[in-house]
Formats: sequence, C-alpha cells, structure tokens
Amino acid sequence: MIGNFKKNPLSLQIDYSRFLPSSKEEKEKQNVFRKPTTFFHDSMKRFSKNPVAMVSGIFVILLILAVIFIPIFWPYSYSEQLRITYGVSDGTFNNLRPFHWSNTEKELIANGAKLVPHIFGTDSGGRDYFIRVIYGARVSLTVGFFASIIVLLIGSVYGAVSGYFGGKVDLIMMRIVDVIYSIPDLLIIILLSSVLKIVLGDSTNTFVTTLGSGMISIFIVFGLLYWVGMARLVRGQVLTLKQEDFVLAAKASGAGGWWIIRKHLLPNAMSVIIVSAALQIPSAIFTESFLSYLGLGVNAPMPSLGSLCADAEGTIMYSDKLYQLLLPAFLICLIVLALNLLGDGLRDSFDPKLAK
Amino acid sequence: MNGKFVKYILKRILMAVVTIFCVITITFWAMQAIPGGPFLSEKSPSPEVLAQLNKLYGLDLPVGQQYLNYLKNSLIWNFGYSIKDARPVNEIIQTTFPVSAEIGIIALLVSIVVGVFLGSLAATHQNKLGDRLIMVLSTASVAMPSFVIAFLLLLVFAINLKWFPTLGTKPGGLVLPIVTLSLYPAAYITRLTRSSTLDVLNQDYIRTARAKGLSNSKVLFKHALRNSLTPVLTYVGPEFAYIITGSLVVEQIFSIPGIGRKFVESITNRDYPLIMGTTVFLTYIMVFMLLLTDILYKVLNPKVELD
Repeated sequence: MIGNFKKNPLSLQIDYSRFLPSSKEEKEKQNVFRKPTTFFHDSMKRFSKNPVAMVSGIFVILLILAVIFIPIFWPYSYSEQLRITYGVSDGTFNNLRPFHWSNTEKELIANGAKLVPHIFGTDSGGRDYFIRVIYGARVSLTVGFFASIIVLLIGSVYGAVSGYFGGKVDLIMMRIVDVIYSIPDLLIIILLSSVLKIVLGDSTNTFVTTLGSGMISIFIVFGLLYWVGMARLVRGQVLTLKQEDFVLAAKASGAGGWWIIRKHLLPNAMSVIIVSAALQIPSAIFTESFLSYLGLGVNAPMPSLGSLCADAEGTIMYSDKLYQLLLPAFLICLIVLALNLLGDGLRDSFDPKLAK
Repeated sequence: MNGKFVKYILKRILMAVVTIFCVITITFWAMQAIPGGPFLSEKSPSPEVLAQLNKLYGLDLPVGQQYLNYLKNSLIWNFGYSIKDARPVNEIIQTTFPVSAEIGIIALLVSIVVGVFLGSLAATHQNKLGDRLIMVLSTASVAMPSFVIAFLLLLVFAINLKWFPTLGTKPGGLVLPIVTLSLYPAAYITRLTRSSTLDVLNQDYIRTARAKGLSNSKVLFKHALRNSLTPVLTYVGPEFAYIITGSLVVEQIFSIPGIGRKFVESITNRDYPLIMGTTVFLTYIMVFMLLLTDILYKVLNPKVELD
C-alpha cells in the first residue's frame, strides 16, 4: 500500500519510500559480525600461520599414513627371511644393495615374474630393509604415542585430584611426586625393563606375546615414572582454575568433587595438557630408541629404529653398507625433530602466553 | 641463615633420604622378581656348590632378612662381592667411576662454555642471522639420540678423516666421546642462556648501565650474565649426574671402561650385587647433586619463595 503511491517531485511531504522495511539482502549487508570463533578455531588459525610447525605437522601425518598403510600392501614382511620364503639356500639374499636382486629373484624375473624391488636392499638376515625401516618407525611412533597417552591419563587425574582437594591430600600426593621426580629415571628404566623383559618373557598370555614383553615393559616403566611432570603441571593449572567463579557456581548448585574435576577443571586445563603430552611423544621415542639400542626394547625380530641402528652398528666400517645404519638413524632424528617442532608450534598457538 | 632456610634444607635432606630408600627398595624387589638365581645362567653348578655359593652371597636367608641386610649394607657403603668378577663391588666402582667422572666433568665444562657463549651471542644478536643459525643448530642437536651423534662423529672424524681413534682407551680417544656427551647439554644451555639473557636485557638496570655509557661487552659480562646464569646453574647440577649415568651408550660405543658400561654389563650378566651396588651408588650421586643444586639456587636467588 505505502509502496505504490506517486509523489510530487517538488512536494515537501515525507518520502515514504525511505521508511520501507528493508529487504532480507539489505539486512544481511548490515550484518558486520564475522562468524563467531572458538578457542580451537583461533588456535588453529595461529597454528596455520607458523610454516615450520605446519611442515612438521604434514611430515608427521604423512609418516603416520605411511607406517599404517605401507605394511598392508607391501609384499614382504618385516620378519620374513626371503631365503626361507623361497625355500632355497641362496646366500645372495643377504645384504642386497638397494634395487639389487638375489640370484633366485633374477631367475624368477628372467622367467617373467614381476617382483617388487628392495628399495633399501636387504639386511644381513635377508629381510627386506625398506619394510623393516617402515615397521621400525611404526613401532617407535606407537611407543611414543601410547606412552604419552599413559602419561597423560595418570598425570592429569593425579594432578587434578591433588590440586582440587588441596590440604593434606595435596601435601602427601605432591611429596610422592617429588620423590619419584628425583629418582634417577634412566637407571631405573634400564633396571626395570631388563627385569620385566625376563619376567614377562616367560609369560604365555596372548596379549603379552603379541605386543612383546619389551614393549609392555616400556609402557609399564613410563606409567610408573614419567607421569610426574604432567601431574605437577595439571596440579598448577587446577590450583588457579579452582578459584574461578564457575567452579563456585557449580559447587553452589550441588556438584560433587569428581564432577567438577571432570566437567570443569580438566576441560579448561586441556590445551596445556595436550600440548605437553605432544611434547612427551618425542621424549618417549628418544627413550625407546635408547633402550632398543641397548637391546632392552622390543623383541626381535620386531624392529624399532633403535634396534635397527644397533643391528647395523657394524656397517659403520663399510661404506657400501653404511646406509643400513644411516637410514634408521636419520629417520629417528627427523621424527624427533618434527615432533619437537610440531609440539612447540602447538604450544605457541594454543597457549600464546607461554610463547617466548 | 634464618630458621626458614634451615627448615628448608632439613626438609630437602629428608626427601633425599626417602628417595634413596625408595631406589634401594625398588632395586631389591626388582632383583627378587627375576625368576632363578644369579647362578642359573651359568653352567649349572652342582647342588652342593650352589648351596655354598648361595650361603656365601647370603641368598639362602629369608627374603625379608636379605632385604634388611641389603638396606643396612647400602648405608654403610658395603655392596658385597661381584658375582662375575669375584671382586668387591666397591673396588669396581672405585676403578670405573673416575673414568666416567673425568669424561663427564670435561663434557660438562665444554658444554657450559660453548652453551653460555653461543647463548649470549644469540641473545645479543636477537633475530639476526647468527641467532637464527645458532637456534637452528641447537634445535637439530636436541633431536639427535646420543648413539646417532656418536656414529656420525665416528664416521666422519675417526673412519673417514682418521683424526681420532675409534677406541676411547687410545690416546686422543676421549675427544669424540666428550663431544658426543656435551652436544645435547650444550644445545640445551644455549637455549637456556639465550632466553634468560633476553629477559635480563630488557630490565631497567641494563638500560641504566647503557645510559652510563658502558660498552656492550661490559654490560653483558658485568651486569646481564651474572643474573641470567642462575637458571643455567640449576641445570648443571642434575645434568652432571645425568651425564654420568647417561654416558652408558657412549661408553659402550667407544669401549670406555666406565661405570655406565659396567652397569649395562652387570645387567646382562645378572650380577645382582654389582647391579644393586652401581644403582645405589649412582643414586647417591644424583640425589646429592639435586640437593646441592636446590640449596645453591636458594642461596643465589634469595627472592625465590621457600615453600
């Protein structure tokens, strides 16, 4: 009705068209708010602006995909001695150089068979070295990942309980942490893992035999000793968080202690916890490679990057076989470096206050 | 020296005692958990000989009694006889520890000098090429396990260039192990020095010192470093103990007859008295260094709250 009435151009009457309700498009034009961001969104934005951390992250993701999928379709397995697979006594299977073939395989190829090349050659036992290195990386990453999850679980619950209840409970719990903290970890790790390896080695439990006594003992040792740093960190977070008003509000509405820890304190301390768990992974990989190097890590024939280095130690004198040592050695360094840089990047973006 | 400080020290000493007690207990029960005695791995001796041996090493006593004996002996520094070497464990520690300590101390000194130098250099040239380079290098060396460093050094300097021998016992052979051991702490100290020096350089008193017209080097050495080195000092104490215990891989690779190598050897030999002796001895050192560091830290930095 208002829209279609004519107006004298010289009239001083109010121009009604200016008072029309605005259309939907016009309304949207006025809307200058950007999409609301969440804490996670914000952090990821900061993270994506950090090229070093991004490259490390991509490297880690590619590596994880590689160690999951390559063993599925690769025709050789990490424990398979090719000489035995083919059922021949052919010494040329051992210590093949990259992209070389043994006599048996040469024959097969001459007869028209298609074989997957040994990209990294074979080791002294005639096992495809490429799959051993990949599998070694898989073992190292698995150890690092699960060890840090164990640390995360034990440490965050312990720290949260200690920090939340405070008083005598806190005092006693923190003294225990202090004692474990000053125990010489490396000595005890070596001691415990060698003992556990012997004790678990006799076990016929299927769970133990599939994982290997070496790997389980590493997890147990981490679960016993390495959570204390995380517990201290979480306790500090909880101590500041529990003064906040939302905790008071929850208490006022009748929430119990465990509920508050689970629903209010831990989620708020999550970013700090996750970042320090991420930085725990490379240190677990470090410890594992160290133990495997000393022969206390995973059980043979399962390889880890540390045990591969130890096995190939002798090749240091022979420049033609040196790659057997250098490949796993460089891969450990690359993995640890990438995880360190990734962890630093995550810390800087999720916890900008901590950034230097 | 007020009452609070004395109380703090007493509390720390008590904690150290508890830690040592825990380690002794863990070690003892860990050894007990291993099925079969130490003599089973040998060519099985006849039952009479076995009984004699068990009696000699006190293994025929009830477990609780053995534990108490062991606790008592650890306190009076008597670790019994090594099963493999038939020598007193004390004597073995006395011959092997100085070797490790020598390498450890030199490595630590090297890493302090290099770390403080590079760290303050990086801090004074923040975000310039030198700083970037130093940070990249230190980031890379923190990511290398000690055996990888040892292999690379051996490969380049011992096998290809032939500057140093591969064995640590030969003249000049300790250079490579020392470099291996000092690389990680040097990188760590570099980062520590850099960040703490950067903090200090922003303080008002540094501005005052510059305003007085002091030269850059005087500001750095007389004013900045004195304060920025406190965190480095607290790192050095535990690191000394860590280097000694952590040197076992390096001692293994370079065949150095130190205590770390003996420790690994004792584990593979199941030489119980030697395992327990070296563990307890190294724990004593570690705990003592931690205690010393904590006390020194409070002395040097009175601002720190005593909890």
